[in-house]
Amino acid sequence: MFDVAAVALLAALGLALARAVGGPTVFDRALAANSIGTLAVLMLAVIGFLTGRPEFLDLAILYGLLNVVGTIAVLKFFRYGDLGDPGEQETGR
Amino acid sequence: MSMALDVLSWALILSGSAFCVTGALGLIRLQYFFPRTHAASVIDSAGAGLLLLGLLLQAGWTLVTVKLIVIGVLIFFTSPTATHALANAALARGLSPDPAAEDVRSKR
Repeated sequence: MFDVAAVALLAALGLALARAVGGPTVFDRALAANSIGTLAVLMLAVIGFLTGRPEFLDLAILYGLLNVVGTIAVLKFFRYGDLGDPGEQETGR
Repeated sequence: MSMALDVLSWALILSGSAFCVTGALGLIRLQYFFPRTHAASVIDSAGAGLLLLGLLLQAGWTLVTVKLIVIGVLIFFTSPTATHALANAALARGLSPDPAAEDVRSKR
């Protein structure tokens, strides 16, 4: 049963990867990257059950934390042009 | 009892996988950015929720259950936040929420 879920998640990962490669705007790519992160967390959890090694769940938690930080950082970068660092130019205005 | 739990968890895992594939197909097939955020939300809410619930029923009462709940809560709170920030940034960058209407308007 877990192998069916793993194959389905692999197919979904492939489709999301195709959108990330071919997305017309940068937001499509960021959205697809976010989905890939969520699917990778699920994939790690399923692999942990598939191979009977629950240590993979720790990796899944870590990957989920990294995923949200990465997405927000990329978005801040594309929206404001920097990562929120109070630069010299900002104080002058 | 355990047979019923097994059947229930298999049903949850299979439907969660189906929702994941559906969301990914929507990510490919939908035409504009804002509909695609909807398809990605299907993966984040229905797919992840049902799949993790099915794994939870397989795990029983161990530390694995706690870790699965932590993963579920993490995805439940962070992925709508990320999607909202994404849509907000796209709107601030001037991406149109309804490009089809603009296509029609520009053709007149």
